[in-house]
Amino acid sequence: MKMNVYVKKRVAVVGAGLTLFRRRMLETPQELAWIAAKRALDQAGLELKDIDCVVSGSAPDAFDGVHLKGEYYSEGAGAIGKPHLRVYVGGGTGVFVPIAAWWHVASGLCRRVLVVAEEKMSSAADPHPQAVFRHIWDPITEKPLNPNLIWIFALEMHRYMHKCRVSKEDIALVSVKNKRNALDNPYAQAGANITVEDVLKSELLVYPVNRLDISPVSDGAAALVMVSEEWARRLTDTPIWVEGIGYTLDTSYWTNRELSFPVYLKNAAEMAYKMAGIERPMKEIDVAEPYDPFDYKELHHLEGLGLAPRCGAAEMTREGVTQRDGDLPVCPSGGLLGVGNPIAAAGLMKVAEIFWQLRGEAGKRQVKKDAVTGLAQAWGDLMQVGTVVIMRR
Amino acid sequence: MGVSIRGGTPLRDEEFRAVIKEIDSPRARYSMAAGIAYSRFLEGLKRGEILGTYCPSCRLVHIPPKIYCPYCFKHLTRWVRASDEGRVVTAVVSYLSATLETLEKPEIIGIIRLDVPGHRFSSYRFPGILHRICGASEDDVKTQRIFDARVKARWLPEDKRTGSINDIECFEVIWG
Ligand SMILES: [Zn+2]
Repeated sequence: MKMNVYVKKRVAVVGAGLTLFRRRMLETPQELAWIAAKRALDQAGLELKDIDCVVSGSAPDAFDGVHLKGEYYSEGAGAIGKPHLRVYVGGGTGVFVPIAAWWHVASGLCRRVLVVAEEKMSSAADPHPQAVFRHIWDPITEKPLNPNLIWIFALEMHRYMHKCRVSKEDIALVSVKNKRNALDNPYAQAGANITVEDVLKSELLVYPVNRLDISPVSDGAAALVMVSEEWARRLTDTPIWVEGIGYTLDTSYWTNRELSFPVYLKNAAEMAYKMAGIERPMKEIDVAEPYDPFDYKELHHLEGLGLAPRCGAAEMTREGVTQRDGDLPVCPSGGLLGVGNPIAAAGLMKVAEIFWQLRGEAGKRQVKKDAVTGLAQAWGDLMQVGTVVIMRR
Repeated sequence: MGVSIRGGTPLRDEEFRAVIKEIDSPRARYSMAAGIAYSRFLEGLKRGEILGTYCPSCRLVHIPPKIYCPYCFKHLTRWVRASDEGRVVTAVVSYLSATLETLEKPEIIGIIRLDVPGHRFSSYRFPGILHRICGASEDDVKTQRIFDARVKARWLPEDKRTGSINDIECFEVIWG
């Protein structure tokens, strides 16, 4: 792939913060944003007055019920009196926020950037936050069929199962692993010790998708502080460098392509690998947080990222390679399946997890191998965007 | 700073109900123009035809049609008629409505790769549409027997058609 990316400044992450991820929180969107932002500033050893620019992200306004959501939560995100940008690429938003923050620092425009993602899904509780997704379809050719969001995942999952000869049992192993990993995550909503059997016996929603194949809906926020190299050196002995970013789109007409392999993600990953100088991702990535709103998505994304051979991620999972003590720990945080899925905040949580893992600050979640290079990824819009961040110690 | 240390205040169901201070039900009604390409597409459906546009540069047939190729960005002017038959690329059984209420009768949904006489497509990009599938059982989906099955559009009677994707009732499986 041809690319013209000129990097003026190296960019580092020096702090991260999360709220609890829970089904329903008392806090307003602004308060959630503030808690996460304050915690990230605290870890970085900075105050708001030290921040030059703020970059934030959140998924559809319809969740919070405020159709000006970025402006609404912005004061809790520390944006008042500063250049502020809100970005949105559906489920891909959480990893797109640090990408947009990277532009700010890498270009030399800002030296210290506060990066915030927030989601409050419980406000759209009636009948279910998922109902918001009724309005993401093509209004003329798809909406009249009354689709629900689970259809498209089920259609993709079944295509993947068919094409790659992957069983529901293989896929359920991802949910089992991630929910177990989340038991060690103090922010997690859905940590549990479950079995493959539990997943298969949970409520059938849209065959082949059962309840426990899906991450829960959540309220929550996440934040980072990203700074230029001079500031990174001044603030900490252990900055984590953002070495590669990648993001690409396909069209929203997702029925027109082979769904078993995510080419848009392959393109995004190649962009990020090229920037990071990574030629053999399977050998060079030590720990990964691919986007796992559904369990099959972890497998699908590992393949799209080139971290598993095509149709080979299920076997890696069966063999324990993706466990926390395996050769390629995947979703050591517990992922969206275990930690919860406040959409934009969930993606940014993955970047925060890689930051903590590479710093050796992940506590009980710390992966066994000495992880130097990590990757976080999200995916979204209408089956069309891949967002990738690669970080190194 | 208690709040900051705790990282937020989770609520149980009944606690949540106690803190709700405002219930808002925005009712927005939208009237959407169908545009250049879709207007012609919907008129075609009314006549029992599935129309697409052909891109001479990448040789794709776009269904639903576009006046541009999203990949090549060329102006598309050649209209082609697809067959109302095709093959099932993937299918699922939905037990839930659009708003996630349980359906009394489960629906089978699929993606149909349409045949376009005189055209061939790669396995990665092809004219595929989302629709209901009929003449198949839940078991046909669960055993994956339905993959690659031939289907044909079952049209509403002509006087019932309105120029909508729902002028096709479903794609019916032709077993054999
Ligand atoms: Zn073209």
